[in-house]
Amino acid sequence: MKPIANNEASKRTLLAVGSFLLPLLVWCLVSYVPFIWHPKVEVTVPGGIDYFQAGMLVDQTQFADETDYAREQGLALPSGVPANPIYLPAPHQVAQAFYTGFAKQPVQKDAPWLHESLWHSIQIIFWGFVLSSIVGVPLGILAGTYASLGRLTEPFVEYFRYLPAPAFGALAVAILGIYDGPKIAIIVIGTLFQQVLIVANTTRKLEATIIEAARTLGTRGFRLLTRVVVPGILPDLYRDQRILLGWAWTYLIVAELIGTSSGITWYITQQARYQHFDNVYAAIMIIGIIGFGTDLILARLGRRLFPWDRSQDRR
Amino acid sequence: MNPETSYLDQSEEVRARFERINQRETILEVRGLGKRYRSAQGEVEALSGIDFSVRRREFVCVIGPSGCGKSTLIRILAGLDHHTSGEALLDGSRIKGPGQDRGMVFQGYSLFPWLTVKKNVMFGPQMNGRGRDEAEHDAMMWLDLVGLERFADAYPHQLSGGMRQRVAIARALVNQPRILLMDEPFGALDAQTRAKMQTHLIDIWRNIDITVLFITHDLDEAIYLADRILVLKAHPGEVQEIIEVPVPRPRSPEQFNSPEFRATKARLEQLIHPAPEPESEDEQRVKPHLIRFTDVHDNVE
Repeated sequence: MKPIANNEASKRTLLAVGSFLLPLLVWCLVSYVPFIWHPKVEVTVPGGIDYFQAGMLVDQTQFADETDYAREQGLALPSGVPANPIYLPAPHQVAQAFYTGFAKQPVQKDAPWLHESLWHSIQIIFWGFVLSSIVGVPLGILAGTYASLGRLTEPFVEYFRYLPAPAFGALAVAILGIYDGPKIAIIVIGTLFQQVLIVANTTRKLEATIIEAARTLGTRGFRLLTRVVVPGILPDLYRDQRILLGWAWTYLIVAELIGTSSGITWYITQQARYQHFDNVYAAIMIIGIIGFGTDLILARLGRRLFPWDRSQDRR
Repeated sequence: MNPETSYLDQSEEVRARFERINQRETILEVRGLGKRYRSAQGEVEALSGIDFSVRRREFVCVIGPSGCGKSTLIRILAGLDHHTSGEALLDGSRIKGPGQDRGMVFQGYSLFPWLTVKKNVMFGPQMNGRGRDEAEHDAMMWLDLVGLERFADAYPHQLSGGMRQRVAIARALVNQPRILLMDEPFGALDAQTRAKMQTHLIDIWRNIDITVLFITHDLDEAIYLADRILVLKAHPGEVQEIIEVPVPRPRSPEQFNSPEFRATKARLEQLIHPAPEPESEDEQRVKPHLIRFTDVHDNVE
């Protein structure tokens, strides 16, 4: 690579890192600079106020009122430091939660570890996406290749696409029970119909000249599909699948609330119930890290798999 | 230049050559070929009553104004479109669909981007049931002929436009078709590459048993390449004239200024770009109204 291109690349990496650092910086400022926001006061010494306890969070106005009251009554003055509400933990607390989530036994008994919850969620996504793809990809390719099949299937698929997947929750539980079945079903319903349309569209975008060239070279029938259409759309199909996989992740949380709550969603709701918001943030972020991480890996893999497709280079 | 030279005057040599050509067997015979189709504007007659025939190892160019249906004609011959009247015969048998007896080179890049150059050329033989080794052997032979054996393992996107069209020619020829159909194959190339490709194509044609039907809108290209030029006119697409090119072979770029070449070109221009008709009202209405946006003294001419 030329040095200029190299510079370009390192500059791009720098900016990409910056795009993550900027929100982190804002979060740090709000968390660590006492005069930015901090609407609460964390009581350090309760003083003469009988309901104050060390570590308690009270509103600033309330704290001021109580301080005035203590002064009037000649009681010991309470003291405290500015603090943010409990639902906004500081970065270091979330970082710590990350560590304890993986390294230490959960505080509640019989609660799953963070990684156990995650692994369960990943399995749901995996099976949902695989089942959806087994049906959706071939159907999409066929609908995109044969116009009449497309016209026969696509209007219904288009209609079904507008039915919100979570609406099928109760039905899925009635049919598939309360465990993983209905959750996988919701992900399938949420992904499949989009998948058929997107794959059909991608198939239709294949250059007509390429198919015609193959026909003049003696390709006919099914082999036109397997030897020309499928390899021709493969890089775009791969990209579609990457986007759809991201889509499947967005259905995960709703899916996991159906039947018996499970996986990362159960972990999050459980931690929120005990006001362990640092754990909640850690869990939410790890979903993003896994989703984004898989996509990065898949993008890199795509470049290796499809050396002829230059559009894989741009993300 | 001798103003008396007509495109109909043929030297002794050229006349003898046409006699020899006319004694060869007919490869392609088109009789009363027509195509109509329905569009939003109603029934369109794209082609009507096309009659011509092509002899073995003849080089025929088809030329005409845009919309004359020259692309439709070659697509029908390739079996990619259907005609609605008349018939087209290749070696006496009717053309129904695409077949390996006709090779086609498209204007756009029609190479399979996911296959290397070699595998692109192997595609045809493999589709027609040849073994892998045999196909590979043939592919390398044809790549050698177009001078691209060094690029056998490159992908099409790594090649220049001219090289891609060479691969497309090799890919069409490896099936050993009776006729090579070329639909403005050099239309997207720059002038220099185009000239090189024309010379290269003549070299190939000279050395192998192949008949060529070549579509172009470039008059020089048609005269430079063709034995005969089929001139079409538009709306409906009909044969206007079939011109026997009086420029002797072997051809070279120096002949562009010869009297025969100029006379033929003048005739083609007359046929394709007739004296301009008075502008229609519609066209007058869309004439831009130019406003001076620069300083009045700042003249460029």
